Amino acid sequence: MVMLEKLKPKFWDYQDVAAGPYKHLFNFRRIWELAVMLVSLVALIPLVSITLIDYGVTQHSVESEVLLRTARLVSNTWRTVSFFLAQRISALDFVVRDNSYASLRDPERLSGILENLKQGFGGFVDLGVIDSTGRQITYAGPYKLEGIDYHDQGWFKEVADKGVNVSDVFMGFRRTPHIVIAVRHQLPNGSFYILRATIDTDRFNELLADLEVSGQGDSFLINKEGILQTPSRDYGKVLDKIPLPVPDFSPKTRVYEEEYPGDKHLVIGYAYIHDTPFILMIVKQKDELMKPWQKTRIQLIGFLVASMIIIVVVVLSVATYLVNRILIADQKRIMTLHEVEYSNKMASIGRLAAGVAHEINNPLAIINEKIGLIKDIFTIKDEFKGNRKLMDLIDSALSSVDRCGAITKRLLNFARHLDVKIQTVNLEEVISDVLGFLSKEAEYRSIVVSVNVPGDIPRFESDRGKLQQIFLNIVNNAFAAVKDGGKLDISAKREGTNLISVTFTDDGCGIPASDLERVFEPFFSTKTQQGGTGLGLSITYGLIQELGGNIGVQSEVGKGSSFIVTIPLKMGKKEK
Amino acid sequence: MKVLLVDDEKELVSTLAERLSLRDIEADWVTTGEEAIKCVELKRYDVAVLDIKMPRIGGIELKKKLEEKTPDLKYIFITGHGSEDDFMTASNETGAGYYLVKPVNIDELIRKMKEILLNK
Repeated sequence: MVMLEKLKPKFWDYQDVAAGPYKHLFNFRRIWELAVMLVSLVALIPLVSITLIDYGVTQHSVESEVLLRTARLVSNTWRTVSFFLAQRISALDFVVRDNSYASLRDPERLSGILENLKQGFGGFVDLGVIDSTGRQITYAGPYKLEGIDYHDQGWFKEVADKGVNVSDVFMGFRRTPHIVIAVRHQLPNGSFYILRATIDTDRFNELLADLEVSGQGDSFLINKEGILQTPSRDYGKVLDKIPLPVPDFSPKTRVYEEEYPGDKHLVIGYAYIHDTPFILMIVKQKDELMKPWQKTRIQLIGFLVASMIIIVVVVLSVATYLVNRILIADQKRIMTLHEVEYSNKMASIGRLAAGVAHEINNPLAIINEKIGLIKDIFTIKDEFKGNRKLMDLIDSALSSVDRCGAITKRLLNFARHLDVKIQTVNLEEVISDVLGFLSKEAEYRSIVVSVNVPGDIPRFESDRGKLQQIFLNIVNNAFAAVKDGGKLDISAKREGTNLISVTFTDDGCGIPASDLERVFEPFFSTKTQQGGTGLGLSITYGLIQELGGNIGVQSEVGKGSSFIVTIPLKMGKKEK
Repeated sequence: MKVLLVDDEKELVSTLAERLSLRDIEADWVTTGEEAIKCVELKRYDVAVLDIKMPRIGGIELKKKLEEKTPDLKYIFITGHGSEDDFMTASNETGAGYYLVKPVNIDELIRKMKEILLNK
């Protein structure tokens, strides 16, 4: 709360005393709030919108890129696997066309062909010739499989019908996973035989294992029942059923997204390999793939938050600064109004005083002359000579006339200078003129006023009227501060070649340190209850500024205050 | 020494004249500029004491008019607007002269008159 109180700008609780019916125009807090709200909205709405749009677009493009890359990988791998199988089917086709049925029934010839295929293509394990009844006539390979009857096996029927068959991976008699590729050859007599080769699935596995799949991806083959045909890293061993649904048939490569139990988001690409039971699947983890997006996202959000903070801070400080300026301008305006009012008042008082003094002066002069005449008669004619009593009366009347004359002279002198501009001024005279007005009060209250103007203070160019007002204000303040029997010391001093300073030191109540820097502020008053406007010292300050001078204050509570007025010996050209 | 006193306050000027007479100074008095011009035409004076502020013809203007008639006459101004500035203004407009502020001290007035005549 203390912090908030400190941060609170000056205008927050400010009430314009002179606003009258236009109070709403001077509600600075409302102006500030409106400015902050409007500028913030205008700046923040486009920023937030653009960032959100960019967020969406970037996220979408990263996702598309992920899907596209997966599709491309599936497509390439699919081509490799298809090519691998097609190559081997073509090789077998070539063998049956290049060799007669008779030569293929020769075990040695068949062994030679197997050897050539192993050397030439790799992956071939054994080779067998099967007649149309399903019996294996010749066999070349590591096992003893001649004479085995295949006629009731699915692949046999398939190849008899379609001419080519690629089997699922199976264990068979060999107890190792393998696939069988078989091609049918039609004989001229209408019968047929089948050349059947077993292919090591290791070659297959190598093909897929060599793939570098990003996003902790996994690539494998399944058959149409979802049984793994090659080992998978995450979804099981060969011939296990995968925990994912078998994707629908599609003639082309497809990519889709799937939720996998365990809160995993998967990107799955697949392709059916034509004329085989195989489906190629590549499974990636979306979170891994979207990692670059996470970084971009944090950057975007960071940018947004940083921008928003900067905007808000800038808007707040600019608005506060500007409204403070308006407040200062407003206070200056009110001060000027009061100053005008004040100087008008002074001028009126001056005119009144001059008028009164002048009117009194003439009858006073007559009284002076008449009494003078009486005195002359008494002095010159013998009959009244020596009448001490009468002479004393006359002298007393004359001295009263002198006193009245002094008062009217002082009044006229003071009033005249209210509108006189720059002239040559005698500092001592100005001070004694001012003190003349307050001498009675000083006398009644036993205030001791001492004036010390050293001889080296020259006459100088200044506005005597303003100097009078300045000194009068300061002396008035000092009188208000001191108790009866107090002390006021006025001393002048030369400051270098161009300045003089006049110090007014009183032994009054003093000013608390917290108020010290505010005493020259307009409307700062500790006596509002007693009718103070808080304008006296601020007007004094303004007048001194107009003379090109300065005023400073030192004070200690309970010990008294010193006001130091510095005045240039030559006024600038600027006249107000 | 012959003195002409000009002031619109009759009571003042007449009393002043009487007081001067008591001191053996021949003093005539008038209350307007016009009368003053007539007096000068009829009689020769050494010193004229003029009030600066008078109706119609003020002291300073009157001095100019009197100078046309009697080049030798000397002038002392008196004023009810007691301030040095008036003296300055008057001094600038009329050349060197003597000024006194009302209420006038008669001894001072006589001293000034003697001074001015000595400077002749």
